[in-house]
Amino acid sequence: MIPIDIIQKTAETLMDKAAIEIPQDYLDGLKASAAVEDGDLSSFVLQAMLENYEAAKEDRRAMCGDTGTPRWYVKMGNETQIEGGPIALEQALRRATANATNGVPLRPNRVHPLWRTDHNNNVGIGAPEIEYGYEPGGEWIDLITVHKGGLFGTDYRMLFPSDGIEGIKRFYLDSLVAFGKRGLACQPAIIGIGLGGCKDTCMVLGKRAACLRTVGSENSDPKIAELEREFKELGNSIGMGAMGFVGKSMVVDCNIEVGYCHTGGMQMSVHAFCLSSRRAVARVFADGRVEYRTDPDWFTDYQRRETVEWDAPAMEAAE
Amino acid sequence: MSPRKTRLSTTPTQEALDDLQLGDIVYLDGLMYTGREGVYKRALEEKANIPMELPRDSAANFHCSPAARINPDGSFEMGAVTATASFRFAKWLPEWMEKTGAKLIIGKGGMTSKDYKSYFVPNGAIYLSTVGYGTGALLGRGVEKVEAVHWNEELGLAQAMWVIKCNNMGPFIVASDKNGDCLFERENAKIAENLHRVYEGTRPATLKRYGETDDRSDEVI
Repeated sequence: MIPIDIIQKTAETLMDKAAIEIPQDYLDGLKASAAVEDGDLSSFVLQAMLENYEAAKEDRRAMCGDTGTPRWYVKMGNETQIEGGPIALEQALRRATANATNGVPLRPNRVHPLWRTDHNNNVGIGAPEIEYGYEPGGEWIDLITVHKGGLFGTDYRMLFPSDGIEGIKRFYLDSLVAFGKRGLACQPAIIGIGLGGCKDTCMVLGKRAACLRTVGSENSDPKIAELEREFKELGNSIGMGAMGFVGKSMVVDCNIEVGYCHTGGMQMSVHAFCLSSRRAVARVFADGRVEYRTDPDWFTDYQRRETVEWDAPAMEAAE
Repeated sequence: MSPRKTRLSTTPTQEALDDLQLGDIVYLDGLMYTGREGVYKRALEEKANIPMELPRDSAANFHCSPAARINPDGSFEMGAVTATASFRFAKWLPEWMEKTGAKLIIGKGGMTSKDYKSYFVPNGAIYLSTVGYGTGALLGRGVEKVEAVHWNEELGLAQAMWVIKCNNMGPFIVASDKNGDCLFERENAKIAENLHRVYEGTRPATLKRYGETDDRSDEVI
């Protein structure tokens, strides 16, 4: 049984870490971008960002004034039980979100879409989102918080098999150029691409590809991993850098995730996780132990499982 | 070549503004106020009295919601500060400038050269963009003091009018000049020259989108 007070305390620490500490994988990726960037203005911007990460850590203040829309990804081993059950868990995550919004402080971004009501704590109807995943075996809970920016850099399109890779590339480039101009996407970014699923799952896959995979990770399908490398290079050859200035750093990494889709379709979504790629992770064990990390390690073989064990109905031998 | 750096008052002289060139890096001193859709609506549409003496106190309007809180004792805690995208506020800005004498509009992503030429230049105003985006921690360090928060009750923390005393606050980047030229459009034009090469071997989506134009005879196929 996982103690609920440790869950809430850990969640508050994670909110703080996500807002303040740039994950090492993203930092390494950005330093690599800065090393090859030769546009005057783009280079200046990347250097300023590198200084900004240091300032945030030194002062323990948020990296960016827009601290995104906090959300939670929760993963559990199959044997996990939580003190108070799932309702207590959700309450703890909502409380932690409110406490950290006031404590760090974060920007209270979440408002009612029509009445613009702001509780000043990033909690409201459907906010923060809490999404779940499970793994075979184990008694632990992974708490993952992501504070992604919410206005620009994401788009969806229904493509068809006839659109092919050329169509996928086109929509990828369109999204990067559209939101890259004037730096609306806050690039260089981790670009997540969702392919397939249904419209909603396509968006979920792409968002998770951007937010739950680290810079340098690869899809387990070697042909998809090849596409990821190709797309990263393609994005960086647009000629655009930080803030939409002339340069060559658009994409810190490109991650693609797929889901089975309607036989007639090839849904595609593109997501940009920005210069303040805020994510933090901790695993809490039943004995109260907490291990912090920055890799969500979400896309395991289990999450990408292909089918179910079953015996296909035997074909009758044709007479 | 590294960009030119300069310090500027938030109640700047016209001479200092005219001297700014696209791509210059600017650090600000003096009082600045945040104002975005909430403030514009309240001041311009609901005709509420602006609770500051403008432009005497400040000619610098920041499109920003800070990551900040008001403590129980009434003091303020301001962490990170960054801008929000300015193009959404074009519908209010001409009237706002006329009413408040704002000379520095500070935000994210700039406006169009059409905006600059039609109401920035006649008002002698300049657009400064934040850098990154966003250097929230660096800008936060430039906040010497939060002087006041206005309309917090009415608009909430994110939309309230925060009055900030800046001390060498930056970096900001000059994105419009006295002629109304636009830094981002200049960069867009340079990048556009190369785009056809990058797009080679791609094809537009089979399924089109309806409603992006006003032509009602459009179809999606």
